Amino acid sequence: MNFEVDYLALAPELVVVGTILLVLALDLVLPRPRKYWTATVAVAGTALALLPLAAMAIEGTTRSMFDGSFVVDQFALVLKGLFLIAGYVVFLMSHHYIESDRYYQGEYYLLLLASILGSLVMSSARDLIVLFVGIELTTGPLYMLAGWRKGDVKSNEASMKYFILGVLSTAILLYGMSLLFGLTGEVTFAGIAEATAGRAGEPLLTMAVLFMIVGFGFKVSAVPFHFWAPDTYEGAPTPVTAYLSVNSKAAGFVAMLLVLYLAVPDLSQVWAPALWVLAALSMTLGNLSAIRQNNIVRLLAYSSIAQAGFMMVPFAAAAVAGADLEEAFSATVIYMVIYAVMNLGAFAAVIAGARTTQSGEIPAWAGLGRADPRIGVLVLIFFFSLAGIPPLAGWFAKFVMFRSVIIAGGTATVVLAIIAALNAVVSYYYYARVVKTVWMDPATTDLQVQEPAGSLRLALGVAVVLTVLIGLYPAATTFVTEASKVLATGG
Amino acid sequence: MVAPGWYMALAAALFLVGALGLLIRRNALVMFMCIELMLNAVNLTLVAAGRALNDINGQVAVFFILVVAAAEVVVGLAIIVSIFRLRSTASVDELSEMKG
Repeated sequence: MNFEVDYLALAPELVVVGTILLVLALDLVLPRPRKYWTATVAVAGTALALLPLAAMAIEGTTRSMFDGSFVVDQFALVLKGLFLIAGYVVFLMSHHYIESDRYYQGEYYLLLLASILGSLVMSSARDLIVLFVGIELTTGPLYMLAGWRKGDVKSNEASMKYFILGVLSTAILLYGMSLLFGLTGEVTFAGIAEATAGRAGEPLLTMAVLFMIVGFGFKVSAVPFHFWAPDTYEGAPTPVTAYLSVNSKAAGFVAMLLVLYLAVPDLSQVWAPALWVLAALSMTLGNLSAIRQNNIVRLLAYSSIAQAGFMMVPFAAAAVAGADLEEAFSATVIYMVIYAVMNLGAFAAVIAGARTTQSGEIPAWAGLGRADPRIGVLVLIFFFSLAGIPPLAGWFAKFVMFRSVIIAGGTATVVLAIIAALNAVVSYYYYARVVKTVWMDPATTDLQVQEPAGSLRLALGVAVVLTVLIGLYPAATTFVTEASKVLATGG
Repeated sequence: MVAPGWYMALAAALFLVGALGLLIRRNALVMFMCIELMLNAVNLTLVAAGRALNDINGQVAVFFILVVAAAEVVVGLAIIVSIFRLRSTASVDELSEMKG
């Protein structure tokens, strides 16, 4: 056993832990009107944690600790960067939202930082126990954050539904893991992959993998395990919803991909059809339900369910066709990164727009484009990007997805591609409907334009620059592809 | 010594009881106990497997699961209390403000 600690590899996590402790102490000593300092510290800490990441990315070596249970390779670095930057943007979105209401600021930032810490740990997990602790630390604080508006029945309901189903999914996931451990006697992904090689078809092993897929299915809110998502998204405070739909969903995806790809690649004939069905159902039901929504946050909730389906397509298609998983893996990761950027932007635009319209119902957004053209343009950019219209980032995500499906080939794959194409068309309808309401419908009430706060403007700025930049210059995401290949070769 | 298979079967039965209870019962506290039952079924599987394989990792995993489960109990009870303060009920059927 090797218990040497590589402090640089752990530096991002250590910085976040330090920030958590600092926020906790500040929250204790600061008088109420000065509590906003906790937000400043949280934002600074998240930015600071990016420095060791950059140092390791420049160095370019893979660091491994604790007998390969905790690995920092290029892939982990990219994901940690994604989680930190997305967390940073959510902090910027939260700042004014949380301050303007009677929320508890210190605890809010503390819990969000704890969740970010969980996703950082999980990105490096190459072992079932580390993965489990990471994913639970990611979701645990979110049960509380979903119910942050304690006096609001909707918020209570959101957190209760999320909690019951979240813990249920954990129990199912763990049962699958415990069976997998019992059948292989290994907890590291590499060990499990070795032990399961050539054992496809064993009934208990099949059961273990299916249990884990159901558990992950809840975490990424894939149909038919999605029913908590729309209610939780609607009831939770909007910045928390943004975090749920980006960081928490991405964390679930990463965990699922790591386990399927690294631990049980030889059992792909078990999980590939399951993933295929999940992808097809998520796209179809997510999009069809989104059409009927009148609340903009619920619409984004169903849209994020559908997007999760699109994200699964490359991986499911390649696995079903028995093609090379490496290409599909990087396609799924690129889709995830682009989705994170544009979805954060969409939520930031919704927060900014809702301040002027005073409502989350889409008809009340009529005339927003005339009243406040800047917010109108941002809504247009992010919703069209989600729909996949060039030259915004979303088109490249869809392009990468379809390209990897074509590379995979095969009948089942083509069927999945057709379902995806039809769904992409359906999704234009409801994304465009929001834009049409904002720009073309006459205002029903006299809209009083509310200037977005400075931090929210910064969040919108970061998201819009990235969305347009990736759309015009997709080669900017090449490093994501390269990083995924480092994982693929087991580096 | 009892064969490990029996422990596994007991764990599977416990897991099933927990899952069924969660589906049938509508009191938040009882649903909560059912989830704990499921987590303990997981623990039993891990301990039995660890013993059978003579591998300490099974027991180590149980420690982590115990700690996480304890933390989740705290969160869950806090949520139930905050709901109870507003509505004086712990039934999940009453919680249906949002639909569609």
